[in-house]
Amino acid sequence: MSTASGIVGYGTYVPRFRIKPEEIARIWGEEPERIRKGLGLEEKSVPDLDEDAATMAVEASKNALKMSQIDAEKIGAVYIGSESHPYAVKPTATIVAQALGATPEMTAADLEFACKAGTAAIQIGMGLVSSNMAEYVLAAGADTSQGRPGDALEYSAGAGAASFLIGRQKSQFVAELEGTYSFTTDTPDFWRRQHAHFPSHGGRFTGAPAYFRHVLGATQGLFEKYGYTASDFDYFVFHQPNGKFPLEAARKLGIDTKKVMAGLMTPKIGNTYSGASIIGLCSVLDVAKPGQKILLTSFGSGAGSDSFVINTTDLLPEARKRVVHNLAWYVNRKTYLDYGLYVKHRRKLKSL
Amino acid sequence: MAENIAITWRRIPERYMLEGSSCSTCNTKYFPLRKLCPKCRRKGKLERMRFSGEGEIYSFSQINSAPAGLELQAPYILAIIKLKEGPKLTAQIVEASEKDVKIGDKVDQVFRAIRTDEPEGLIHYGYKFRKI
Ligand SMILES: [Zn+2]
Repeated sequence: MSTASGIVGYGTYVPRFRIKPEEIARIWGEEPERIRKGLGLEEKSVPDLDEDAATMAVEASKNALKMSQIDAEKIGAVYIGSESHPYAVKPTATIVAQALGATPEMTAADLEFACKAGTAAIQIGMGLVSSNMAEYVLAAGADTSQGRPGDALEYSAGAGAASFLIGRQKSQFVAELEGTYSFTTDTPDFWRRQHAHFPSHGGRFTGAPAYFRHVLGATQGLFEKYGYTASDFDYFVFHQPNGKFPLEAARKLGIDTKKVMAGLMTPKIGNTYSGASIIGLCSVLDVAKPGQKILLTSFGSGAGSDSFVINTTDLLPEARKRVVHNLAWYVNRKTYLDYGLYVKHRRKLKSL
Repeated sequence: MAENIAITWRRIPERYMLEGSSCSTCNTKYFPLRKLCPKCRRKGKLERMRFSGEGEIYSFSQINSAPAGLELQAPYILAIIKLKEGPKLTAQIVEASEKDVKIGDKVDQVFRAIRTDEPEGLIHYGYKFRKI
């Protein structure tokens, strides 16, 4: 793609509440060190009772708008990726668009592709702005995901959102979206049926044939398509269902794991599903210098990966100063819950 | 009891974006929307405006036994907020208990679910406030 698309503003949101693996392990008689070391998780975020994918996407998007200094009415499309949309039928994107003041002269839709619905939204945004179908597109990923009580996912399923305002004027880019490449197959590694509260997954099957095949496939495909090698990049952000998989992906690709650490947020906030890889990207954008190259590869069960080449610009440092509530602000403010309060927050009682 | 859908729908600009009115004759701001300026009467000219969402706690109390639909949230703080632009409104303060808030605390608007008609009804969204 002869690109004319870039990020003109980005924002994140992480709820205030946290629970530690020790506290969940205490209830189920598990060994907490096994979780901490095995999954690389220190704690995870938990949403408040009045929060969902829509409210989190709104706050993340307000931060993105603040950074961009662009009037919400100029947004031509809003795409929200999530696997925990608050309604089964009724779009989240209309709620978000209305709360931002972007309606009515615009289009909107919800996207679903497990944990990669947020990067799918970014790709659609790139297409719309570079084809002049929209001046600005808001693309967000947000999830308040649930793990079945006692399941391994209960230790990792967190809540959070990231939002990107994508534009086509280079003079406004805080980071240029140079190119993208996707790798997609039909793989039954993780699913949730229509009326089920909690997802089912293929256990160990989620590793090699699902996560690694697609993440490596998309990343290597991107290298080939654009003529890059791993050493061309300053940072790598991979989808992070836990704290271990992205580091293992880096090793398999021969990447110095130091280049992955700045974008590794799951150990502190849990796996935020549609938010996970793109919150990681925001974490890198919050520290990157102008003129650096970032590789982002998402993963969504089912399964697919979207890979991106992202170049930071000279505008980035000034743009960051306009946002008080950056990722570090959300990550550092926290209130710990015990399992009893956690159950109340996640309304798990009915399912126990 | 579920809120009437027409009322919910009409209140979306007010609840989502803090839309109110400003009188261009006397410069008084009103929240929620008004059709008539009580100061200027027929001379008044009301225009729609969006409040910034910044304000401070004017008074508050802790709600221990919540109305239907909010039981799980209790105890929570219900406060009268004085918006920076002048008007006052009543709203929940999120992420706070009695010991965390005092009169005069600066707050900012956040977007949250304000009630949920369980089990199959609408989720109503709107403004709440958070300490800065
Ligand atoms: Zn007046």
